Amino acid sequence: MQKFGRFLLYLSLIAVAAVTLAPLGWMVSASVMPTGQSAAFPPPFFPKELTFEHYLRLFTGIRLARYLLNSALLSVSVTAISLAINSMAGFAFAKYRFRGRDQLFKMLVASMIIPSQVTMLPLFLMLNKMGLINTYMGVIIPGMAGIFGIFLIRQFAMSIPDSLIEAARMDGASDFRIYWSLILPLCKPILITLAIFTFMGTWNDFLWPLIVMTDDSMYTLPVAIANLSLEHVQDTELMMAGAVMTVAPVLILFAAVQKYYISGITAGSLKE
Amino acid sequence: MANRHAALFFLAPALLAIGAFFVLPVLAALVLSFTDFDIYSLGNFDYARFVGLKNYMQLLADPLFWKALKNTFYFLLVGGPLSIAVSLGAALMLQPKFVRFKQFFRTAYFAPVVTTLVAVAVVWRFVYHPRFGILNYLLSLVGLGGIDWLGDPHWAMPAIILMAVWKNFGYNMIIFIAGLQGIPGELYEAAAIDGAGRLQQFRSVTLPMLAPTTVFISIITMIGYFQLFAEPYVMTQGGPRNSTLSIVYLMYQQGFRWWNMGYSAALAFILFAFILAGSVLQSRMQKRWGI
Repeated sequence: MQKFGRFLLYLSLIAVAAVTLAPLGWMVSASVMPTGQSAAFPPPFFPKELTFEHYLRLFTGIRLARYLLNSALLSVSVTAISLAINSMAGFAFAKYRFRGRDQLFKMLVASMIIPSQVTMLPLFLMLNKMGLINTYMGVIIPGMAGIFGIFLIRQFAMSIPDSLIEAARMDGASDFRIYWSLILPLCKPILITLAIFTFMGTWNDFLWPLIVMTDDSMYTLPVAIANLSLEHVQDTELMMAGAVMTVAPVLILFAAVQKYYISGITAGSLKE
Repeated sequence: MANRHAALFFLAPALLAIGAFFVLPVLAALVLSFTDFDIYSLGNFDYARFVGLKNYMQLLADPLFWKALKNTFYFLLVGGPLSIAVSLGAALMLQPKFVRFKQFFRTAYFAPVVTTLVAVAVVWRFVYHPRFGILNYLLSLVGLGGIDWLGDPHWAMPAIILMAVWKNFGYNMIIFIAGLQGIPGELYEAAAIDGAGRLQQFRSVTLPMLAPTTVFISIITMIGYFQLFAEPYVMTQGGPRNSTLSIVYLMYQQGFRWWNMGYSAALAFILFAFILAGSVLQSRMQKRWGI
């Protein structure tokens, strides 16, 4: 009886894994099928013959390299800038005493409930006045500081003993020096976690780049893919190749740094 | 440490950025929602006039708004609990000590979470293809099928919900796994000594101990599901017959397609009001039940 139970459990585990992986597997498989082969009944799961023509077309006819570059550039910039700004603020909230600190922090955390859509219309008008619509800055600016990032770093930095900081101060270290050479290295795990979150979040973001990037040459991958998929409805295999190129970088990144990503989710869910 | 200037130095960039590009826009959006800001005002802000609550009144009289609200709640109230239930189920399946290859299963379940929503929505459009899609093929094997998933107003939202559950359940699963690990083993032992069976242990130990985790998960899931947009944008363009038009989709169309920005801002605030009310309600319920 117990054996049968275990067998059923493994069966369900495998079935769920098949469901989660099958669409991704099919995406890869269809991307290397010759044009039109996926549109058959029954739908073929494996290609009868391999072809990379769709990838070639993405890079030659469709300027995928440009979208890749846009996405990479924006994701790296937002990650670098927000990490610097958030870590400074998180450190200050954790290790300095000033009037109104806790109230300010509580207000920031409470304001996380405001959906970003609320800010989008005025933000668009502001950036429009500043001439930043359809520029990289238009995407970078709203991502420069993030309350969630400040929160994560503050929680982590609070666990750093004050005595360490006092000792560094006795040795004559300046405040910035303490931040740079003591706090940042100690915060490395949470910084890596936050960097992955931010990079992936920016890479996968859709609505804001869709609004800000009005010119084809400025599109990020998701915006370009969405557009292509509405234009080339019939060209399944080409679309799948585009989807692979969009998803592969984040999936590979995730596979490489899974531990940090997972720990970030649980850190973010812990209540104070 | 008492150095106030240093604190200010470290905080200034974040506070300036948050103030200018978050707090200010929120306040501006509120003002915007009381104006008739439209495409003419885009060139010259002076053309916008205060109209009081007119946008909100107009919204309440707009059948499209009610349609979008209904669709969003459909997605939220069916998709949310479904995805949480699947998350909990997956976490429980991975709980027993004897289960091997846990790392593999966890990664497999989590993989859709990190994928790009727009890209996998394109993939799912083909999974749902009425003639060549895998789903209808599998259904045809058991004698069902022939459903035009994304083309039938009755099936388009369920199709989007199914895809969203596939995409999202891994995230909450990770939080549930952490929650399960936090339950002390003695509780199960005590329950077992009291003669509680598996099912009873689940009901009297696991579920109550997971309650705070579940409330947290419900709130973040609700906030996320209220913001439904990319799925209908890519898969159905809000159709067929507006059956997948969501609040955010309507807001996007009104604000950034037709430049009815005052109207769109009012929609954004209604979205915010619902999210706020939902979160307050859920944390109240948590306090009421003393979990």
